[in-house]
Amino acid sequence: MTTKVKAAIIGSGNIGTDLLYKALRSEIIEPVWMVGIDPESEGLRRAKELGLKTTHEGVKALEPHIAEDKVQIAWDATSAYVHGTNNDVVASHGVKMVDLTPAAIGPFCVPPVNLEEMMGRNEQNVNMVTCGGQATIPMVAAVSRVQPVEYGEIIATVSSKSAGPGTRKNIDEFTRTTAKGVEVVGGADRGKAIIIINPAEPPLIMRDTIHCLTKDAPKEAEIVESARAMIAEVQKYVPGYTLKNGPVFDGNRVSFFMEVEGLGDFLPKYAGNLDIMTAAGLRTAELIAEEILRAEAA
Amino acid sequence: MNLQGKKVTLHDMSLRDGMHPQRHQLTPDQMVQVATALDAAGVPMIEVTHGDGLGGASVNYGFPAASDEDYLRAVVPQMKDAKVSALLLPGIGTVDHLRMAYDCGVHTIRVATHCTEADVSEQHIALGQKMGMDTVGFLMMAHMIPPDELVAQAKLMESYGANCLYITDSAGYMLPDDVTARVSRFVDELKPETEVGFHGHHNMHMGIANSLAAIEAGAHRVDGSVAGMGAGAGNTPLEVFVAVLERMGVESGVDMWKLMDIAEDIVYPLMTHKVRADRDSLTLGYAGVYSSFLLFAKRAAEKYGLKSTDILVELGRLKTVGGQEDMIEDVALDMKKASAAE
Repeated sequence: MTTKVKAAIIGSGNIGTDLLYKALRSEIIEPVWMVGIDPESEGLRRAKELGLKTTHEGVKALEPHIAEDKVQIAWDATSAYVHGTNNDVVASHGVKMVDLTPAAIGPFCVPPVNLEEMMGRNEQNVNMVTCGGQATIPMVAAVSRVQPVEYGEIIATVSSKSAGPGTRKNIDEFTRTTAKGVEVVGGADRGKAIIIINPAEPPLIMRDTIHCLTKDAPKEAEIVESARAMIAEVQKYVPGYTLKNGPVFDGNRVSFFMEVEGLGDFLPKYAGNLDIMTAAGLRTAELIAEEILRAEAA
Repeated sequence: MNLQGKKVTLHDMSLRDGMHPQRHQLTPDQMVQVATALDAAGVPMIEVTHGDGLGGASVNYGFPAASDEDYLRAVVPQMKDAKVSALLLPGIGTVDHLRMAYDCGVHTIRVATHCTEADVSEQHIALGQKMGMDTVGFLMMAHMIPPDELVAQAKLMESYGANCLYITDSAGYMLPDDVTARVSRFVDELKPETEVGFHGHHNMHMGIANSLAAIEAGAHRVDGSVAGMGAGAGNTPLEVFVAVLERMGVESGVDMWKLMDIAEDIVYPLMTHKVRADRDSLTLGYAGVYSSFLLFAKRAAEKYGLKSTDILVELGRLKTVGGQEDMIEDVALDMKKASAAE
């Protein structure tokens, strides 16, 4: 059996717990710690049952164990407000951080678009943008790698049940961070992001619409092929990522209508928005783990 | 119904909700012309924004003829008595837009959410209140949940700092009893100093009846639109409503004759789309669908060879909410696929 890189999950809410189930299936990462702040946390209870060490006393309680338990990677699934503190603690012990909050201290990472490029730079902290960003930026990039995109706009619609208190309290973080990701990673000159929360029962599966306005007339055949290849890349870690309709070509507008169904690990399948985040976070951490193992072998 | 001696504050929507039928193409000059005339007629509050609120400029909702800032900087300084309001939908606009509107001299910020999602408005309502603005919580598609659930959402917005709470009939679906039930619960259960408002759409031609029911149940503010210019079959036509209020002895402070002239001489001539209860608008009201979907459904129907009423009914069946304009083309493509498969 090959050695696995040990990892800690900070945050024992929906995202942290879903990530735990995915990480347990990893061939290269072993989650060993889960950190929460609520002794009653369902996530911590489950983590303990699954054999992880847990604490409900925050990241400070993890700190003394980082070295002895050989934790080399951490995910932060808490909130943007406390991410800075969490990162400082683990960074001081040389731990690599995959940030699932919208804090965006580190560079944005959208795995099928820029993960490999990012690995070469040996970043201590990478940020996973937002759920809407993970679901839409690949499609903006699929167009911008064919031809210049003057404007990229995404509309993410999530079910009420899958929009947690963090997102709701600071919804502007979502629109700002996603719009920036559409520009920086998606490659659009200007980006805009809109989020809609829909309370319908049964809950709707995450939907995303992506509109790109190309500088010149869209090269339809090339865009269709580029989009097909990009969707296949995303499906490697989110099998329920599907093109429902489009691409629609209308003048210089190129539009994709996507649906994102989750794996249903801890969160229900309709919460594709949360699933794509945890899946992207795991994939990113796995590439970091490969780098770590390669460096250790050398 | 006896409303003798009651008072109401009227709020004109033609330069915000009226942007929908105009595909957001009103110019700043046109806005100044309408707004100064409304001001002179004694209309106390006038909303000026992209139809989908601050930051609405987009592929999804339509790019306007000018920016929110250009519209506001054109209109606000021209007002003698009227106060200017702006709409903001969290998820579309941000607190940055709110600060911009404040800097432009906007008096009232109306923070709008779907009726079940009030907790996304905390940042925006809190900032509006902190900056000393007249801060309104605007609960859209209010027909979709029963009065007790709606009051709970209103209380959230009140707790964030809203001094006025609106029952917003975005689909023009409500009947007078629906309005009475909601307004009276708000009046009874919110703080005594909190104002209550009603925003109607005329899709079933209930705008006036519903607004009267709101006043009878204790509403302090009522929205309408000169010449009815608004999404769907428009808002409660303000000049008609003022005439009814005059006959019933309700004080609004608005000059009915001047308002009639504005409707006839300024607003009707500039309309590029006939705002009326055509079969599509009536379908919005009947099926409870967000009024600003109207022109998008008409365009998708034409493009994909479908019936617009079928698209609207399907959008209602899917329980779409305000802002989901992107669903319209998606649904049309699904319907076209389904009909091709048959």
